[in-house]
Amino acid sequence: MSTAVLHPETDGHAVGREVMLRADKVTMKFGGLTAVDSVDMTVHNGEIVGLIGPNGAGKTTFFNCLTGMYLPTSGQVTFNGSVLPPKPREVVKAGMARTFQNIRLFPNMTALENVMVGRYCRTSSGAFTSIIHGPKYRAEEIATRERAAELLDFVGLGGEGGHLARNMPYGNQRRLEIARALATDPKLLLLDEPTAGMNPQETKDAEELIFRIRDTGLAIVVIEHDMKFIFNLCDRVLCLVRGKVLIEGTAGEVQSDPRVIEAYIGSPKTKENPDA
Amino acid sequence: MTFLDPLINGLSLGSLYALIAVGYTVVYGIVQLINFAHGEIFMVGAFGALSTWIVLGQASANLSWWMLPLMLVGGMVVGVTVAVLMERFAYRPLRHAPRLAPLITAIGISVFLQEFVRLFYGAIPGFPDAKAAVVFPQIEFFTGPAIEFGGAVIQRATFFTLGALAVSWAFLWFFVNKTKIGRAMLATSQDPDTARLMGIDVNRIITIAFAVGAALAAIAGTAHGLRYGNIDFKMGFLAGLKAFTAAVLGGIGNINGAVVGGLVLGVVESLATVYVPGQFGGAAWKDVWAFVLLIIVLVFRPQGIMGAKVVDRA
Repeated sequence: MSTAVLHPETDGHAVGREVMLRADKVTMKFGGLTAVDSVDMTVHNGEIVGLIGPNGAGKTTFFNCLTGMYLPTSGQVTFNGSVLPPKPREVVKAGMARTFQNIRLFPNMTALENVMVGRYCRTSSGAFTSIIHGPKYRAEEIATRERAAELLDFVGLGGEGGHLARNMPYGNQRRLEIARALATDPKLLLLDEPTAGMNPQETKDAEELIFRIRDTGLAIVVIEHDMKFIFNLCDRVLCLVRGKVLIEGTAGEVQSDPRVIEAYIGSPKTKENPDA
Repeated sequence: MTFLDPLINGLSLGSLYALIAVGYTVVYGIVQLINFAHGEIFMVGAFGALSTWIVLGQASANLSWWMLPLMLVGGMVVGVTVAVLMERFAYRPLRHAPRLAPLITAIGISVFLQEFVRLFYGAIPGFPDAKAAVVFPQIEFFTGPAIEFGGAVIQRATFFTLGALAVSWAFLWFFVNKTKIGRAMLATSQDPDTARLMGIDVNRIITIAFAVGAALAAIAGTAHGLRYGNIDFKMGFLAGLKAFTAAVLGGIGNINGAVVGGLVLGVVESLATVYVPGQFGGAAWKDVWAFVLLIIVLVFRPQGIMGAKVVDRA
């Protein structure tokens, strides 16, 4: 089974579920370097997919291609049946949101304001109505504020809304970034190392939070180095090495595949492989 | 003469600098671009206000107070239009170019706008020749006899200038801190890539920043016309340079800093003219003191008086 690439249609988790995201031969080249090399990935409704691989494997670059921050050299991304234009603004409107490996909050705004900015793509009043504070704008603004407070509660930051983002403890900044991503009403959430730098308790809390997000009906793709976290969480795991998909399968399959272990820590010295 | 007179004069002058400086700072806060053509927007705004009066009030020699709001609106429309076109066609294509490119472009736009006004303003039927200074309508209510107030003599234009600054500042505070678009502006200034991922149209935010700065510069241009009684095609150069100094003085990228920097610069200039004795005193030296102040601040506090706290990247 170790070499089999699982066909999601026959995978127990995916039966009867619709394909939400399909990345088709996505390739990203920087000069002579191919950071992402014709990667295929499918995500179904309500699924948690893990993306693992050693540093420099191209995981974050792949995220950047999905969210339109990079224009892929070739390949395309289909979301809910339509091809996504490589523009972050369109991507977020279509229903995809992400967090960053190195947290990228708006540091000089409060937690609540950060989340409210996330609502931007779901509100429609323009510059003029917001200056004159028309009734439609006021209603929208109240709804935005309420929704933002709700989301802060959801990620466990209720009552912290007034703090400047840059003054918040690290773990809370990670939660806040998730709340801001959720504020865009995504159908698919991309999490880039959500537990980096966290202690075991914080990691456990993050895991619990991600499950709760999945239970609200979202699909999730998560990049992580913490294998225990990945294998507890994910329905399906892709292992990326040097820009290519090395293996795709259930957590158990990927975990026991010798090539994955080799990719991370190198192969043991044997007679056949004396240089390792 | 009391100490109050040069102080009030300085505050009035400083309000003009502050109104222009805000335009430098708002644009810089969002795109890290020093729009050196901003002084020309101030000039074009003044000509816009003058044109409005020529069209609406000149025939009947109407100098009633209510002409001023109309002139302000006219000036703002012209200033904002020019600024938005400038951003769209001159700066946007250079968004990802090396920093020197937009700087050179700005100089080009400056020369273009100055020469355009100089050569073509008088060519419009009924408009005065703008090759030299043009008389600006003196709206009586705002330029009439000075008012004596507690021993100080205050020109009426001073009230207008200070009032315009106060209202603009309040509006700007409200706009940036209390509206959705303001929130998007703050977000864009702190992290444009992430702002895009929130669905914010960054190009639109940049256009709005240029427009807001231009509206304030046009108010300043009109106030300048009232204060000095005439305007000319090259008035934007020194005013723009001084206002840029004010923006740096206050901490570029910071709106409150631009206002404080403008007022400080105006007051220092005005006081130095009066109080510096001997051969360095007098009006001829006022520009020297303004730039000496800039050099001192750059040496001892390069981030400016207010640092960069409100609109900046962390």
